[in-house]
Amino acid sequence: MARTWRRTHLGTEADRATFRTLHQASLASPALREGLTEDSATRAAGHLRALLGTPALAVTDTVGCLAWDGAGSHHRQQVRTLLGATLERGRTRSFDRGDLGCTTTGCEVRTAVVSPLVVDDRIVGTLVAFAPYPTAGLARATDEVATWVSGQLALAELELSRTRLAEAEVRALRAQISPHFVYNSLGAIASFVRTDPDRARELLLEFADFTRYSFRRHGDYTTLAEELRSIERYLLLEQARFGDRLQVTLSIAPEVLGVAVPFLCVQPLVENAVRHGLEGVDRVGHVTITARDRGQDCVIEVEDDGAGEDPERVRRALAGTLSTDGAHDSVGLGNVDARLRSTYGDDYGLVVETAPGAGTKVVVRVPKFAAGVSA
Amino acid sequence: MTTVPGFVAVVVVTVTTLAIGTYGLRFSRTTSDFFVASRTVRPGLNASAIGGEYLSAASFLGVAGLLLTFGAEMLWYPIGWTAGYLVLLVLVAAPLRRSGAYTLPDFAEARLASRHVRNLCSVLVVAIGWLYLLPQFEGAGLTLAAAIDAPRWVGPVVVGAVVLVNVGSGGMRSITFVQAFQYWLKLTALLVPAAVLLVVWAGDEAVRSAGGPSATAGDWSVPLGGGGAQGLYTTYSLVLATFLGTMGLPHVVVRFYTNPDGRAARRTTLAVLALLGVFYVLPPVYAALGRAYGADPATSDSLVLDLPRLVVPGTLGDVLTGMVTAGAFAAFLSTSSGLAIAVSGVLTQDVTSRRLPGLGDLGDLAAFRVATLAAVVVPLLATLALPDFGVARAVGLAFAVAASTFCPLLVLGIWWRGLTAAGAVAGLLVGGTGSVAAVAWTLAHDRAQGWFDVVVGQPAAWSVPLAFATMVVVSRRTTAPAHARRFMVRLHTPETVELDRS
Repeated sequence: MARTWRRTHLGTEADRATFRTLHQASLASPALREGLTEDSATRAAGHLRALLGTPALAVTDTVGCLAWDGAGSHHRQQVRTLLGATLERGRTRSFDRGDLGCTTTGCEVRTAVVSPLVVDDRIVGTLVAFAPYPTAGLARATDEVATWVSGQLALAELELSRTRLAEAEVRALRAQISPHFVYNSLGAIASFVRTDPDRARELLLEFADFTRYSFRRHGDYTTLAEELRSIERYLLLEQARFGDRLQVTLSIAPEVLGVAVPFLCVQPLVENAVRHGLEGVDRVGHVTITARDRGQDCVIEVEDDGAGEDPERVRRALAGTLSTDGAHDSVGLGNVDARLRSTYGDDYGLVVETAPGAGTKVVVRVPKFAAGVSA
Repeated sequence: MTTVPGFVAVVVVTVTTLAIGTYGLRFSRTTSDFFVASRTVRPGLNASAIGGEYLSAASFLGVAGLLLTFGAEMLWYPIGWTAGYLVLLVLVAAPLRRSGAYTLPDFAEARLASRHVRNLCSVLVVAIGWLYLLPQFEGAGLTLAAAIDAPRWVGPVVVGAVVLVNVGSGGMRSITFVQAFQYWLKLTALLVPAAVLLVVWAGDEAVRSAGGPSATAGDWSVPLGGGGAQGLYTTYSLVLATFLGTMGLPHVVVRFYTNPDGRAARRTTLAVLALLGVFYVLPPVYAALGRAYGADPATSDSLVLDLPRLVVPGTLGDVLTGMVTAGAFAAFLSTSSGLAIAVSGVLTQDVTSRRLPGLGDLGDLAAFRVATLAAVVVPLLATLALPDFGVARAVGLAFAVAASTFCPLLVLGIWWRGLTAAGAVAGLLVGGTGSVAAVAWTLAHDRAQGWFDVVVGQPAAWSVPLAFATMVVVSRRTTAPAHARRFMVRLHTPETVELDRS
């Protein structure tokens, strides 16, 4: 009885061999997903050797040996020669006893199969399997494993370009001080130059500080206090233009001012709210900014009492599928959402509450601590 | 004896706490006050808040009772509880703030880049939190028994329920202003009656001529009086536990996050030292007066509550008792809330917000409420099962566990770049199991005499060095995480220095 049960649950011998192979592969894959470095190669080499069942295995880049696993590491110096010969040929090669002359008795490293690792049609390194005897099976297996490793490295490359893309996106958002804002602010300041030169001077200085913060180059994170200071400058400039038509209410819990937040993750939301709140002609717009302490998290809300928006449209803006023509604000929203998600995970996306005619409330939730995030 | 003032005091404090929790304190400001609105918490205010959360039932009731019963050697408790902040100030405060960590598990994760260490720290936070909640509930039982003649189980249940409602509904988060107010409330509630009683004592020739505390002192006024070698061991062990345990208290550490930078964290700690120093002058006054007036050492835990009636029978005594009761009740509520928030925060993050077998995926709010329920109910049941454990003693054990686990982690994590995840895990396990086993043994075998029981009853003297040694030895055999050096630079560089910290 017990045997039947075992057989149905664990599969046949062949099944189990497959499982073992897949398991070994899955153990090697996290290291390889970090790209080809000495560290990742060292961590992956053991699993790859178990996968191939050879006495020794080496992983190289195009220059030399990155990691050696198994017996006979006195052959490590020879890897460079094998590597050169393989790179010349550009495909899997095997080397016999003549190529790997060895005088040590009992050394199992007699022959080698070297298979190139190819990412984007470019050789980035090789996988070297050593065995006492050359067999066609080993050559085939090494070739297959090398192809699989290449696939993992391609994924690593993809991950890297995704990170670069996110960084580029942050940079793009930084440069996104709207030209209208610059033009309108300078216009408003100009109108004070004769009537109230002192105020004009103050506003110009605020403008200078605002741009300096927005064009800042170093660091992906800032404190909430810094972000709020920039928002203050922004609102001062907008109020110079709109006067009493723009009413702002603040409610900030001082406990959360030190929280590290992604650079420029609230300012675009305030800009959005100001625009929405004042869209109708000749009406007073209210913008409310609150920041609250919620234990492990900090919750920031930006609310306006303006025209509101179609929820479907907002959903698409957050999903990034909205056409960008004339909808600069929604792009900002989507960008903030994407950066929050990539920093803190999908639980921390933007929450937008809105309906036509009912104003808009955008809620940002930021954890007080997240690994790797510091202002 | 009338129970009216005590009853009024308890109801007022409870209702106020619930009201603050429900409606919150909301300050709205317009743009013209932007500067005011975005000003960070001042060190002085923050220090008051730490004092408000830190001064628990043990400080408010336990110290005076211990002094009355055992004499001057018990002064080590308040000294240790204050001096712990000196160690915190010198070794931990500023670097901990600069690490950006909110909780102790956060620090472990940031420093050692390991989920395992984080999870272990979370378990320890819950253990220390529960152990520290135990005496709070017990103190509440004593207070209500003394103030309104309620059965002993009423106090824990009332405090537990208030904390549960408050924390579970999302109120009573660490609002700095409220916590700061709690400190001054506790200080006033102890200071004013003490002043009145001292005046009465000074005018009471009969009692004074019968001999102040010093006249009949004997062992009472001598440190280590009568304890011999065992007393010496217990004292040193206690000193070690309290000096080093403060930095590992979960509800204290989270308050440091409110400081804008490392410098402010240091200033805050300094102010805490001053505030605690002032507060801890008072319990010995109660103890000395209690001795002068011949208070019964058998009910020493409620000495602070009984003393006013003993000294000035009548209405004045009742009013003063009401005042002290209010202070004591505020102490239970604030410390218990702080602890419940810290424990339930960790439980939410690392347990209930994940998928649980049988419960499935809870929503955010439900997850938090389940966690709060667990945070409060477990120590509540323990209190009801062990009604006579001794308030200050239980707190002492909580400190011992904190000192044997988080102290080595923080001190080595901050000052030695060689600390590794494996080393930290080993040290935490050794220090944690050692001290927790000792605590469990002590809980199970009450009142002991032999050397073994003494050593186990106050474990810090062996468990702290053992944890340090284990961390160092195991770390030396493993390699430190790659980012350790960068992280050390961040911990120790003042914020004013221009530096790429990413």
